[in-house]
Amino acid sequence: MSELERKRGAAPVPVDWTYAPAPEARDIVSLRERYGLYVGGDWIEPHSGETFTTIDPSTEEPLAEIAQAGPEDVSLAVEAARSAFENGWSALAPSERAKYLFRIARILQERSREFAVLESLNGGKPIRESRDVDLPLSAAHFFYYAGWADKLEYAFPNRTPRPLGVAGQIIPWNFPLLMLAWKVAPALAAGNTVVLKPAETTPLSALLFCDVLRQAELPQGVVNIVTGDGRTGAEIVKHPGIDKIAFTGSTDVGKAIQRELAGSRKKLTLELGGKAANVVFDDAPLDQAIEGIVNGIYFNQGHVCCAGSRLLVQESIYEQLIAKLKRRLGTLRVGAPLDKNTDVGAINSRQQLDKIEELVQTGRDEGAEIYQPPCRLPERGYWFAPTVFTNVAQSYRIAQEEIFGPVLSVLTFRTPDEAVEKANNTPYGLSAGVWTEKGSRILAVAQRLRAGVVWANTYNRFDPASPFGGYKESGFGREGGLHGLEPYLRFESSEPFGS
Amino acid sequence: MAQAPVLPRGFELPLEPRLPRIGSVDQVAVEERAATLGKRSIKREAKLWALDLAIRTIDLTTLEGSDTPGKVAALCSKAVRPDPVDPSIPSVAAVCVYPNLVPVAVERLRGGAVKVASVATAFPSGQAPLDVKLAEVRDVVEAGADEVDMVIDRGAFLSGRYAKVYDEIVRVKEASGSAHLKVILETGELGTYDNVRRASLLAMAAGADFVKTSTGKLPSAATLPVALVMLEAIRDVYEETGRMVGMKPAGGIRNAKQAVQHLVLVHETLGPDWLTPDLYRLGASSLLNDVLLQIRKERTGAYQSPDYFTID
Repeated sequence: MSELERKRGAAPVPVDWTYAPAPEARDIVSLRERYGLYVGGDWIEPHSGETFTTIDPSTEEPLAEIAQAGPEDVSLAVEAARSAFENGWSALAPSERAKYLFRIARILQERSREFAVLESLNGGKPIRESRDVDLPLSAAHFFYYAGWADKLEYAFPNRTPRPLGVAGQIIPWNFPLLMLAWKVAPALAAGNTVVLKPAETTPLSALLFCDVLRQAELPQGVVNIVTGDGRTGAEIVKHPGIDKIAFTGSTDVGKAIQRELAGSRKKLTLELGGKAANVVFDDAPLDQAIEGIVNGIYFNQGHVCCAGSRLLVQESIYEQLIAKLKRRLGTLRVGAPLDKNTDVGAINSRQQLDKIEELVQTGRDEGAEIYQPPCRLPERGYWFAPTVFTNVAQSYRIAQEEIFGPVLSVLTFRTPDEAVEKANNTPYGLSAGVWTEKGSRILAVAQRLRAGVVWANTYNRFDPASPFGGYKESGFGREGGLHGLEPYLRFESSEPFGS
Repeated sequence: MAQAPVLPRGFELPLEPRLPRIGSVDQVAVEERAATLGKRSIKREAKLWALDLAIRTIDLTTLEGSDTPGKVAALCSKAVRPDPVDPSIPSVAAVCVYPNLVPVAVERLRGGAVKVASVATAFPSGQAPLDVKLAEVRDVVEAGADEVDMVIDRGAFLSGRYAKVYDEIVRVKEASGSAHLKVILETGELGTYDNVRRASLLAMAAGADFVKTSTGKLPSAATLPVALVMLEAIRDVYEETGRMVGMKPAGGIRNAKQAVQHLVLVHETLGPDWLTPDLYRLGASSLLNDVLLQIRKERTGAYQSPDYFTID
């Protein structure tokens, strides 16, 4: 070895590795200062002139002024949808309808980065999720239902499927564009026209979607987007010109809608809250179960109706699992939604943050043990650290009520029977998870869980071909798959004398 | 002859509060997790930090039938000074060669910080009698190798003779003396992630200082999910016993991006304590120059021709 070479190799080793910020470029999105209502293929001003401000929940920075649609505006939208339904859309060759849906799907794919950035900007969710989950799935829903549009006769043989007319659709703020896709794609595929209201806090992706509709040259009035708060939603629900209401949101509002519609001829589907049990047996692949638990409750900050918010762990692995879970929580990266390395983003609104904080306080008061990993939350914006409650009793509010935030309640069980009993002991029934290496146990337990979706050794996995929906207070009707078409159709053969 | 496994000191698994479990691995979920970690976006100073660490942890390897003293001598110079025009570039961790070439490497690297590692135990197949393997190990250690990279007997493992595999590792560990023992599982031949986990735990229980993915002689080698399964096994052993076992992915890591992905995997699975050449190595023959190229690109903003980096 030469003298020159000998001098090398003793440099000090650097100590810490902090990932540099890796923000997705925001300038791909160009926002208008003010948005009107998209009615009959045109932007109109709200009758009342009333607007509200939509913000970036991670910074509280205002993004745009949004129109508050009143009764007159909703009526205009319903008329536009009715006229589009009667003057062409319902009579259009099904293969032509499919063509529009395929076009929309392709445009969503082409503009996916723009939509992903906007979704994170307005909703607070990590760009990793809007990029890898929301956008691909939104496009997939349009592709999937485009395929059904000209095959309805085969989907429902001997039942002569016909469109209903005008569908009023009210969607939540947790997956703004994806929920729009879940609603709009089957409605259009079945030959209906639509009046859709995006959530008050996250209207921007639905408004950008109007641009996609224009680009796809969808006939005017087939899809109308009206923005506003709960009042606008109420106008849609009670409007006599609407044939079907599809609502995704809280159980309280769902109940109110059902009361309102009692005695009317309007069809209704509701996708409401949940308090899903994620059941981990002692033979589960533990490290992957940890990922499933984390994905189950911290995905989209826990703003997921099917979130695995109740973890049921077999007592024999409880300590080991909790130790692993706590360690894993320490590696979650909480912060700027547009940073590509962020795992957990911002809480969607002040109101939601207040609700999470209130319920977490009841958890402490009732005697549950709280764990939050050390993480520095930004000062501005709405933030809540990933949280685990242990020592939770079935009777605590945090084990019963939907928190809709990054808060996990851990309970234990001893036998499969007890696991099923505890999992079903809830007013909700939207989803559940089972973790075990034993295939026979997966089948046996899944069969007994009263939940619309049961995931085995995975969680929060979605596919347009798979129906989604709840039991009990989680609602009724299914979205996705063949089942998702049915609520948007009537069947002539079952109504021999017409309706 | 196979003996009942006897746990080495410091590695007794506690019976309380629970029996040690080998556990299982879910294929879909582990691949998904590895893919997510592989998408971390490592930029600017964080990238430079990782590239620098990648060099420090490289076991610069040549394992060819055509290896000669001249080739190994050149490799040793490259190991010490990877980029002669840039004094801020550190040396690699070790050079890894066949037993016959250990004396050359030892001679060339004497007095420096770069270690000499040698493959042994009938590398790469491991299909030789135990006393032949042990003799080979004693030879390379006597010749001055600081580290021994052994292969497990996959034939024994796949036919369920775990005690034989275990026993061999124990014996090789004894024969290695003070040299560090890296145990190559050759995961490409093990077939399932469950087997990768099982073999990792077996190797660690038998006294491995490092577990290593592959020989580099198979097309399927150090994939991210395989590395993740092994890291999780290392973590479980650490949590059970407090013993820190090292990790060496090897085979198929050819560019800087892959190296950074592997480092992210370690960082987020085992934490920063493992980000050191004492506990982490990247086995590679062609990775180094791509890392050098990327470092210069980060610093100057432009890619340079490969001709500006010496081939060995």
